[in-house]
Amino acid sequence: MSARRLAQAQPESFSFSKESEKLVTFWMNKYPDGKKASAVIPMLWIAQKQEGWVSEPAIMEIAGRLNMPRIRVYEVATFYTQFNLAPVGEHFIQVCGTTPCWLRGAGDIKKVCESKIGPKGRVSNNGKLSWNEVECLGACANAPMVQISNADGDFYYEDLTEESFGGILDKLNAGEKVEPGPQSARHASEPAGELTSLTDAALYDGSKAKTIKLPNAVGGTKPKGTKPKPAAPKTPAKVKAAPKAKQTSKAAASGAEKEPMLLKKAKGKADDLKRLSGVGPKLETLLNSMGIYHFSQIAEWGADEIAWVDARLKFKGRIEREGWVAQAKTLAGGQ
Amino acid sequence: MVQLLQDKDRIFTNLYGRHDWRLEGAKQRGAWNGTKDMIDQGGDWIIEQIKASGLRGRGGAGFPTGLKWSFMPKEVGARPHYLVVNADESEPGTCKDREMMRHDPHLLIEGCLIASFSMKAHACYIYIRGEYVLERERLEAAIKEAYEAKLIGKNNIHGWDFDVYVHHGAGAYICGEETALLESLEGKKGQPRLKPPFPANAGLYGCPTTVNNVESIAVAPTILRRGAEWFAGFGRKGNHGTKVFSISGHVNRPCNVEEAMSIPLKTLIETHAGGVIGGWDNLKAVIPGGSSVRCIPADICHDVLMDFDALMEHKSGLGTAAVIVMDKSTDIIRAIARLAYFYKHESCGQCTPCREGTGWMWRVLERMAVGESSTEEIDMLLEVASQVEGHTICALGDAAAWPVQGLIRHFRHEIEDRIATYRSSHPVAVSNVAAE
Repeated sequence: MSARRLAQAQPESFSFSKESEKLVTFWMNKYPDGKKASAVIPMLWIAQKQEGWVSEPAIMEIAGRLNMPRIRVYEVATFYTQFNLAPVGEHFIQVCGTTPCWLRGAGDIKKVCESKIGPKGRVSNNGKLSWNEVECLGACANAPMVQISNADGDFYYEDLTEESFGGILDKLNAGEKVEPGPQSARHASEPAGELTSLTDAALYDGSKAKTIKLPNAVGGTKPKGTKPKPAAPKTPAKVKAAPKAKQTSKAAASGAEKEPMLLKKAKGKADDLKRLSGVGPKLETLLNSMGIYHFSQIAEWGADEIAWVDARLKFKGRIEREGWVAQAKTLAGGQ
Repeated sequence: MVQLLQDKDRIFTNLYGRHDWRLEGAKQRGAWNGTKDMIDQGGDWIIEQIKASGLRGRGGAGFPTGLKWSFMPKEVGARPHYLVVNADESEPGTCKDREMMRHDPHLLIEGCLIASFSMKAHACYIYIRGEYVLERERLEAAIKEAYEAKLIGKNNIHGWDFDVYVHHGAGAYICGEETALLESLEGKKGQPRLKPPFPANAGLYGCPTTVNNVESIAVAPTILRRGAEWFAGFGRKGNHGTKVFSISGHVNRPCNVEEAMSIPLKTLIETHAGGVIGGWDNLKAVIPGGSSVRCIPADICHDVLMDFDALMEHKSGLGTAAVIVMDKSTDIIRAIARLAYFYKHESCGQCTPCREGTGWMWRVLERMAVGESSTEEIDMLLEVASQVEGHTICALGDAAAWPVQGLIRHFRHEIEDRIATYRSSHPVAVSNVAAE
């Protein structure tokens, strides 16, 4: 863990600007009543964006607003390393130094900082720049990279080289703006040069927006006007047999599906349906959820019942192929 | 010949941000298509489908997502239910969630609605890391669009009142641990909680909560649209689906790419990342799942498959599928020492083995990187690593120990050589006292 303390020199007071107040309201509205302490990180961040760093008076102000003990806000401000506890340069450069960036030359980037700005943590003489090394910033496929924070925002500069990064620092020093993002020919984190994926034009021609039918939907389309009842889960057992399911199986030679005998719960102890060939724990659970617990139930099935069950299983034709009914008759007889 | 994933089967079709991220663009690519039908099928149907798809959590631990959702109480009692999306992507090597949030935010928002509905939650918080400022603003903008289009919010067209809020952190890796994230979201220091109680019973504000990674949530709607069998059709048994891999380090063309699970590591690197710098034979080691898993040396990399079980067999892991490639020019002791520093920096300080152990391991590794150590100390380091592992509230202790264990397991000879070289030029006995 990193030990962090408040700066020695502190300003007299702190108050949120008009702009900041709008943000404070926006964030406070996100949390339920009585849980407004959740806004502490966003509020410290707003204070930091306003002043450039988090001062003790700001901590006091936020504690008062959120009705939190000061020590709690102090804890948060010192725990989270993104809060600057002392003033930083107008452009604050955070160099990612963790292994993925290090492998791609973060060491050189740090050297550029040392030569152009000075030692870590110290603001350059003209007050324009300061830098620090931070841990993984989550842009590893665009390493090495830095984040530069200033009054305009917080921007990632990626795919850096010593030259390109040196150039960025020079421009910032001269008061110019630099376009953030990869400093190479890349747009984002795609492989440089020709794409190896996402080149099929059919993905983008709007064909994906056409109305679809969900592949595993049960019970057919609901009549319009009925509201979904999320509290009442629809297990297949509760679904009335659709008059004509679209998925017809070979077994449904008669063309009809008939709901077999289903039970709300097993009569006594449920049979071990896994003894049927092709039935594993998953399928057993599925059958149980439909209301099928006993070999005796399965033994009663005719072609229409098989069709009904088959339409609700994912592996069509299995019932007939594996000969469940015959097996179930034997197994039911053996009890 | 390995069958590569085809474009038609990719979920994140705007991973590279070349197309419109806004609602209109996202709809053209299939987002928000059939969402109402999914809701009409009911929460249990959604959970069953996700279970059948074989989706395992994409945040690192690989816990079956559908099963996790089913742990939530079946009925809402006095306490509301919450979905919390873990977008605190901070695992070194991992940069996939960022691309999804800034280029395909609507897939995530749609996933939030579907997942929340199936768990009877009316509110969802997306906890995004503090450094992702632009990604956060992008998400806020996309959420605003969704509200305006009545896709979410009160009385929306889906018939399930639902609010999404973006929350942000401020630079603490530990907040990617689900209970530390909840603490942080409640306005406290990000120090993990003891489990049980698990978040499904007492999570955010003491209410039933499920915490999921961005990718786990964002793939859910497409799974329902294409069918559980479609998703389960990729990858080996128990390791299904498509996955976004982040490839960084010593490759010619580092990138994020969505591929099928169980793709051979070599194929992944050579097809999408332009191969290892200097050719495959120049490969030294790969960290296959973000910094927290053990590295694997080149000979294993040659034919290992990228999935949970295959990497587990080699005592590594798929983690977040962040592939960090190191070629022969790499000083691997220094590479791991830098990771040790990372864990030292990010330990929350709550448990002694982790707070003290991470710093100790880093200091020893720094000395080993120059050779200022002794061979006995390697064993001591291994022992300390095993004492940190499993003796902490959260998995950060394990995550700090594993890279060190991987280093010693596969590259012990390099440390020994380094020590021998150092000794030959510094013929002074080294103290056996490891830490100051």
